[in-house]
Amino acid sequence: MRSRDMSANVIRGSLIALIAALIAPLAWAVWSLPEEGLGLRPKVVMNLPQSGASHPVTAVLLNFRGYDTLLEIAALLIVSVGAWSLGEAQETDDSQSPVSPVQRLTSQVLIPLMILTAGYFLWVGTKSPGGAFQAGALLGAAGVLLILGGWTPAPSLHWPVRISLTLGLLVFVVVGTSVMAAGGYFLEYPASWAGTLILLIETAATLSIGLILTAVYVGGQPRIWIDHLPGDKGESL
Amino acid sequence: MNLTQLYMFTGVMLFALGLFALFSYRHLLRQVLAVNVMSSGVFMMLIAAANRAPDASPDPVPHAMVLTGIVLAVSATALALSLVVRLQAATGSTQLSEEESE
Amino acid sequence: MAAVNWVFDSLLMVNLLWLAWRALVNPNLFKAVVLFIAFTLFLALAWVRLNAPDVALAEAAIGAGITGALLLTSLQRINVSKPNKKEKPDEV
Repeated sequence: MRSRDMSANVIRGSLIALIAALIAPLAWAVWSLPEEGLGLRPKVVMNLPQSGASHPVTAVLLNFRGYDTLLEIAALLIVSVGAWSLGEAQETDDSQSPVSPVQRLTSQVLIPLMILTAGYFLWVGTKSPGGAFQAGALLGAAGVLLILGGWTPAPSLHWPVRISLTLGLLVFVVVGTSVMAAGGYFLEYPASWAGTLILLIETAATLSIGLILTAVYVGGQPRIWIDHLPGDKGESL
Repeated sequence: MNLTQLYMFTGVMLFALGLFALFSYRHLLRQVLAVNVMSSGVFMMLIAAANRAPDASPDPVPHAMVLTGIVLAVSATALALSLVVRLQAATGSTQLSEEESE
Repeated sequence: MAAVNWVFDSLLMVNLLWLAWRALVNPNLFKAVVLFIAFTLFLALAWVRLNAPDVALAEAAIGAGITGALLLTSLQRINVSKPNKKEKPDEV
């Protein structure tokens, strides 16, 4: 027993030593960073008028580094597919913790407000802090509130939800390839259309992100949708 | 040493804390928490590095990178958590263990 | 004015490190998750102090809201599958 404690302490001590050996050069690198540095802001501000957005972060996200955002939305979609492919959603046990009237009223007031605020973030993202990700996260939180309140999706929502999950990536790729027809590279928006295209992409992305976050919270395909697949006897994994 | 450099050091320490907890605990949920703390440390380093302009107008490129990073961190956490839940349902344990005991 | 900045920011940083440490080593998982959600909210405050309002918005919504809800739900789903089992003390 004592030697087990000793070996545990030795392991913990060597772990701390290893981490210190990793962190010391990192801290030295941070220390030796010059105290003032302009970074890439001058370049961004210089190209801001042609980018289609007047807020620099949105311009960087959706135009200058648009490919990163495209891949990020694709990664989100892959995560939702992965989470749903593990099996069906666990049935919630409503007898254990029934929905209280306070929660019901709060959700009824908050969810429309959250949807409205998400729309505001989406719209104002072109000129002040906001944008697709913040709006999508707020929509996802509204979805989580909805699920917590005991809402179960109707069978008729199956295919609309499936299509809307992929809509963000789809619109992004379609816009990116169709500007190639106008003579540019992939995702090179023409300067006069840039604002409209950014807003279009952001709208689809917001919807998709909100739905993906809610779907991942549910944790699996709702049983009521599996039972309705044609040609499937409703067997789960 | 100004405040921004202090924030960068805080980011480094958060990274170290998360790394230590990642290796110290076997419970998968704690490892998810540790990885999240590590990502927060990295984000803090990036955003503090973006704040070094003399007139307090930040560099927008690291902000975009951190926004992407936050969304990807939550999606990775979500996938990891659903895997942990399935592992628990399938094998009854929340630790990845190589030995046969418990 | 600068003194207030220093005091506030250093308190915030100490708070962040302390919360992160307590969240990671707490033996009760529920308390650990709640402390982590609190850490995320303080982190959103730190983003505001670092002139990053977009990141603060995203962190508050995603970090505290989505990650917090996901962690609590996973905790509940894990505990429902193994009722009445005391958590083993963590060993290295």
